[in-house]
Amino acid sequence: MDVSQYLDIFLDETGEHLQSLSDQIMILENEPENEDTINEIFRAAHSLKGMAGTMGFKRMQNLTHDMENVFSEVRNGNIKIKSENIDVLFRCLDALEGYTNNIRESSDEGTEDNEDIIKALNDILNSAKSGGTEEAAPAEEAAPAADAASGDGQAWTKIKLTDADTAAIGEAIKAGKTTYGFTVKVQESCILKAARAFLVFKAIEELGEIITSDPSSQDIEDEKFDFEFSIIAVSEAPLDQLIAAASNVSEIESVAGGVLDLDNAQMEDDGLGEEAGAAEAVADHDAAGDARAEHAEEAHVPATATQAPAKSEKAGDKKPAGKPVVNRTVRVDIEKLDVLMNLVSELIIAKNSLVSASGSTEDRNNSEITEQVEYLESVTTSLHESVMKVRMVPIESVVSKFPRMVRDLQKKLNKKMELYMTGEDTELDRTVVDEIGDPLMHLLRNSADHGLESAEVRRERGKPEVGSIFLDAYQEGNNVIIEVRDDGNGIDTEAVKAKAIERGVITPEQGENMSEKEIIDLLFHAGFSTAKVVSDVSGRGVGLDVVKSKIESLSGEVSVKSKLGEGSTWTIRLPLTLAIIQALMVTVGGEKYAISLSSIQTIEDVPKTSVKLVENKEVIHLRGSVIPLIDLHNVLEAPRVEEGDPEHMIVVIVTKGDKQAGLIVDELIGQQEIVIKSLGKYINKCKTISGATILGDGEVALILDANVLI
Amino acid sequence: MDELSTLSTSVQYIVVKLGNERFGINISYVDNIVRMTRMTRVPEVAPYIKGVINLRGEVVPVMSTRIKMGLEPDVETNATRIIILKFEQQGFIGCIVDAVNEVVTLNADSIEKVKDSEGDTFVQGVGKTEDGLISVLDLNALINEQI
Repeated sequence: MDVSQYLDIFLDETGEHLQSLSDQIMILENEPENEDTINEIFRAAHSLKGMAGTMGFKRMQNLTHDMENVFSEVRNGNIKIKSENIDVLFRCLDALEGYTNNIRESSDEGTEDNEDIIKALNDILNSAKSGGTEEAAPAEEAAPAADAASGDGQAWTKIKLTDADTAAIGEAIKAGKTTYGFTVKVQESCILKAARAFLVFKAIEELGEIITSDPSSQDIEDEKFDFEFSIIAVSEAPLDQLIAAASNVSEIESVAGGVLDLDNAQMEDDGLGEEAGAAEAVADHDAAGDARAEHAEEAHVPATATQAPAKSEKAGDKKPAGKPVVNRTVRVDIEKLDVLMNLVSELIIAKNSLVSASGSTEDRNNSEITEQVEYLESVTTSLHESVMKVRMVPIESVVSKFPRMVRDLQKKLNKKMELYMTGEDTELDRTVVDEIGDPLMHLLRNSADHGLESAEVRRERGKPEVGSIFLDAYQEGNNVIIEVRDDGNGIDTEAVKAKAIERGVITPEQGENMSEKEIIDLLFHAGFSTAKVVSDVSGRGVGLDVVKSKIESLSGEVSVKSKLGEGSTWTIRLPLTLAIIQALMVTVGGEKYAISLSSIQTIEDVPKTSVKLVENKEVIHLRGSVIPLIDLHNVLEAPRVEEGDPEHMIVVIVTKGDKQAGLIVDELIGQQEIVIKSLGKYINKCKTISGATILGDGEVALILDANVLI
Repeated sequence: MDELSTLSTSVQYIVVKLGNERFGINISYVDNIVRMTRMTRVPEVAPYIKGVINLRGEVVPVMSTRIKMGLEPDVETNATRIIILKFEQQGFIGCIVDAVNEVVTLNADSIEKVKDSEGDTFVQGVGKTEDGLISVLDLNALINEQI
């Protein structure tokens, strides 16, 4: 079977499973007894094994198989997870990630067998076996045993019937129908298991009525079953016909069935009135039922392992807390979203023309049209908002790998630390989220390496031995703030100053006059590192300046506050989305331009007489500072319109770092949220224009890059 | 443009008017033809770039074919159209033409190559139709910024 077309899905899903495994193992480390977690890990490992097997990645399959074995034993209570086991498991995850990366690059898993990890896993298994009881048989055997049992098609005999089910069966039997049980096994190579299962359901429903199934139909729909499922159905048709109908569905390996004997069926509640009558009605089939029941008894013991998750899921139906909520998501190529976004923009433009067209006629009869146009307007606005929202993703996808990273750092740096995260569900534009991972990782490493003190020092200082690092994300207006905070040493400004002088970044004289804030800002200077010992965690001197430039390239800012001895807080402020900015709309020479609000400091009404010449350049004095003037008519080659106030002019003061400039404009239109569009590759010469935007009426307005002008 | 000159089969061309001359534009590069619309001037660009327009929510640069080819500046009439060309590298580019006439199919045999020495670098060849001659435009030369 050619599986290459599923490679992308495989890679995506493997990534998710690995992430979930990593998360759960972290939880397991703290709560070794947590059953939900163990089940979740088992499921993820099992899915990984199945996927790797289907795709033909044997080494990956082997490794996950052994990992699954270990969890199978953990789940059966034969192994207690210890700290050193967690290390092995993490190594195992790293190896799996290695395979995945190889597959992503070359569609091949590579040749690394990771025998040492497999050996370590087996050692864990063996340590459990040395306990000596037969129950501790490796799960390897349990699985085939369960398969063998189901191979005889007896799994359906273990379906639990609820009161309602038995009542329905009783009714059906009174109506002269027979109750059957089926166990359907789907081929292991089948990709769309849920679809196949659905077809089987449909085939049986054509002939009769399905009472219940195991797993539940909802779970089957969500593909939450391995390769087989069982159905209890009532029908007038003979057994053979039903089996034939189900077998007709392609990619079904086998269908086994029999007549259900309520005596031997497992009831959830034995004390039922209907049950007795129903049982009598099917008494004819007793002999067959008995034989089957015996068989089921034999199969029952080893099969317990595989039945457990199914049972726990069933229980989960009644107690939703029992299982994690499954995300209902669809993967969409971001380019498709861009296309959708463009179509929505077009729709809004079309709507706007409609608005102006309907507004131009003053005909009273048009009130109907006006009403509809208003409705259209509200729909397009919400449509626009929804599409924007679709582009937003929670930062969780990025930050979820950090707990693991901090755990590794803890071992590497030999310090005790704990990472506390809040606001993982804060949403950012997809493009920003993709880029923010590395800068955050730098900051966290920085806090762990330079910020937190060693346990001894902490004890001396009267702090808790375990250092804390906090990662908090939250939305503030049109910005998202991400804070990395630690309760470590804080920044020693004297040390920073000494280092900067030593490195030649500043002269000793400069150092004398620098404020604390200025000294801290030196940390973002390229080639600066305060770590006394260069470690492989951080301290290569490329960290913070890279962080700064990365965040600035995302139109964000990074700042730091620190108190010596108490810790530091790094704050990253990012725009919610790169595609939309708040802008001030102005006119210059009759043309509309947008200036990003983030670079604007103030807007001034300046009398023309106050303009002074300094070195032949026009400047104004404003609140004690001299600000150079830039006439946008000259920069933009715009025609000069001699209108408005001849005495005054409107000056937009823009800033870039410490520098300021005053931009002379004709008129202010107002503040507006604009969607940034590229001018395209064909026009790339004009530096002063950073892009364009389409206004509500369909007109294109250019966006001025104030940073270039200053 | 190699693929154009080596094609032995017939190619469809959109026939446009610039002044009194008829030019052919290979239809496979044409994305759309739109009426003259409101254009936003862009500063600091070559004189033949007339500005940018909003094409279905996309910002598309528009050039004056006349100015680029060294003809008289455009006079906008009701027949004036913008041919939106689409290129692999440069994306969408609009070209203003006086009018769009028809679509013709020209066989490679019926196009006579124009030698470089003959001067007019924007014309690739001359095709013969029943209604007269059509100069086949060399689109790469037209959008090339060096000229």
